[in-house]
Amino acid sequence: MSKKITIEPVTRVEGHGKVTVHMDDNNNVIQTRLHIVEFRGFERFIQGRPYWEAPVLVQRLCGICPVSHHLAAAKAMDVIVGAGTGDGLTPVAEKMRRLMHYGQIFQSHVLHFFHLVSPDLLFGINADPAIRNIIGVAMEHKELAVQGVMMRKFGQEIIKATAGKKIHGTGAIPGGINKNLSIEERDHFLKGKDPLNIDKMIEWSLGAIEFFKDYQKKNSDLIDNMAAFPSNHLSLVRKDGAMDLYHGVIRAVDANGKKILHDVDPQDYLDYIGEEVKSWTYMKFPFLIEYGKEKGWYRVGPLARLNTIDFIPSPLAQKEFETYKSYTKGKPNNMSMHTHWARLIEVLHAAEMMKVLLNDSDLQKNNLETKGNKVYEGVGMLEAPRGTLFHHYRINDQDLIEMANLIVSTTNNNTPMNKAVEMVAKEQMNGHTIITEPMMNAVEVAIRAYDPCLSCATHALGKMPLEISLYNKNNQLIDRKRK
Amino acid sequence: MTAKENNQKDSRPGILIYGYGNPGREDDGLGNAFVGAIRSWIEKNKLTHIEIDSNYQLNIEDADIMARNDIVLFVDATEEPIENFCITTVKPSDSRVEFTMHAVSPAFVLDLCQKIFNKNPQTYLLHIKGYRWDFKEELSPEGEKNLNKALEFIKPFLSSPDSFYSIKDDIAPCQ
Repeated sequence: MSKKITIEPVTRVEGHGKVTVHMDDNNNVIQTRLHIVEFRGFERFIQGRPYWEAPVLVQRLCGICPVSHHLAAAKAMDVIVGAGTGDGLTPVAEKMRRLMHYGQIFQSHVLHFFHLVSPDLLFGINADPAIRNIIGVAMEHKELAVQGVMMRKFGQEIIKATAGKKIHGTGAIPGGINKNLSIEERDHFLKGKDPLNIDKMIEWSLGAIEFFKDYQKKNSDLIDNMAAFPSNHLSLVRKDGAMDLYHGVIRAVDANGKKILHDVDPQDYLDYIGEEVKSWTYMKFPFLIEYGKEKGWYRVGPLARLNTIDFIPSPLAQKEFETYKSYTKGKPNNMSMHTHWARLIEVLHAAEMMKVLLNDSDLQKNNLETKGNKVYEGVGMLEAPRGTLFHHYRINDQDLIEMANLIVSTTNNNTPMNKAVEMVAKEQMNGHTIITEPMMNAVEVAIRAYDPCLSCATHALGKMPLEISLYNKNNQLIDRKRK
Repeated sequence: MTAKENNQKDSRPGILIYGYGNPGREDDGLGNAFVGAIRSWIEKNKLTHIEIDSNYQLNIEDADIMARNDIVLFVDATEEPIENFCITTVKPSDSRVEFTMHAVSPAFVLDLCQKIFNKNPQTYLLHIKGYRWDFKEELSPEGEKNLNKALEFIKPFLSSPDSFYSIKDDIAPCQ
């Protein structure tokens, strides 16, 4: 008898998703699917609105990474107002935006590690869910929990100082920014009372990397093998090959490190990237057109970024990058769980870059905005915490947006997440007819490595309980578990 | 620095009013709107013991600001079948009732506050009934009426913060 097991939603990822596992008569997994109900209404909603509203409006997408959407939309509007594609802004404008972006990367990655990943590492993925969260960390390793809380707070304060406010920030405007950084704000971050200063953030970032490396050494079988599979990798890189999370050209490499997308201009992304539609999900599957739907899919995010770049332009993160690369002898790293390692190196890089920017007197200058000759279409891209984010807009003669296309990071990772689920499901569920908590958590841990923001991709409202449904081959429900 | 820390002469208990939600999703922003509306009233009445804050959602770092206040009033929109607003006392809980990683409940933040900062502020959640949740930055007329009723109910407690300690679940029950 063939069975379909449904796990929904995926806990501890934003919004909700559903995993279905199809089994054959011998209780072997024959197919898995991660269902994410993508809501495309936002792209329609923004049509007809004046272009200059876009950087604020897009923050309504969700409250998880509004800064990434804010900046991606602003970058697209830079093109439209004739301010160029990244090098046309004034120094203060570009640097303020970068500071905002590094603050966002820092706080988002920190939350993911301390709130989600460290409990799994400290207590094991099969531990009681009641202790496998940051409360459990606080009870057993208080100093680690305090670090997580205070690092998050630091990142949030950077965002507030650069975006102007926590909610619906207005810092970035088409062609520039609307505020600089005061001396008082700067000194708050540079010389703040411990622990809220940038030097402490760098110190703690290094500590988090050491924590992970130590864990990986002791648990290499799990960390190296769980949901590991070869794939292509895509991200923005600086023109010289350096990591640049704010601006660059699009590069992709295959599983062996061969360049398969050669540093192309983001404005031309439609020439290189297609989106496949599948009948069982509303979320599209992006792929490199040249390599087709079957071979052209790719990963984005920290793991992908550390595979595409040549170096990291900050000394401490570069040193960690070299250690990280030496583990795979310079070859691309295809081990999904190493995404956590890569993410922590990016935390350190973001902290280092924030320090560099905070010490840059350009941030106190007053030439905030650039204007040029208006054009009708623009693409804004950046590396959001979860990966490459595309914003593409076209306006009409009345300055109203008539087309918007957004490819969010979680959509870019759609195929890899499905691959990861399939691998773990086969490993954990073959031969079983009942889903246990450890099995469910193994699937979730594999997905969680990608830090998906299903809210961004779905805009689902409401809360759902965790539900497991078991169907026979005739799609008849034979069991359901809920918690 | 909290409002209380800014004014050391003020001996009244420090109060944090924290509204959360996405104001770009109609009534989901009721908590934020509450904070916006109470701000000018607090300034007008020179209530220096009150600190206000708002965000899209609660998260782990909010344990820090909670720890620096004696009383915390969270304000959130709700779809619950209540008439217009209600108040519940918040007890610490490490149970993950929600399935999101980027938002945590008031009970979760309070528990974290206790565990890592050894502080236990008296904590309440003000639920304000909302009706519409679409991509629009405005409240529904019904939601706004509920907001105003909630504001008028809370103001006396802010003026006399010791009275906060007498709030029980039955003062504005959710059932």
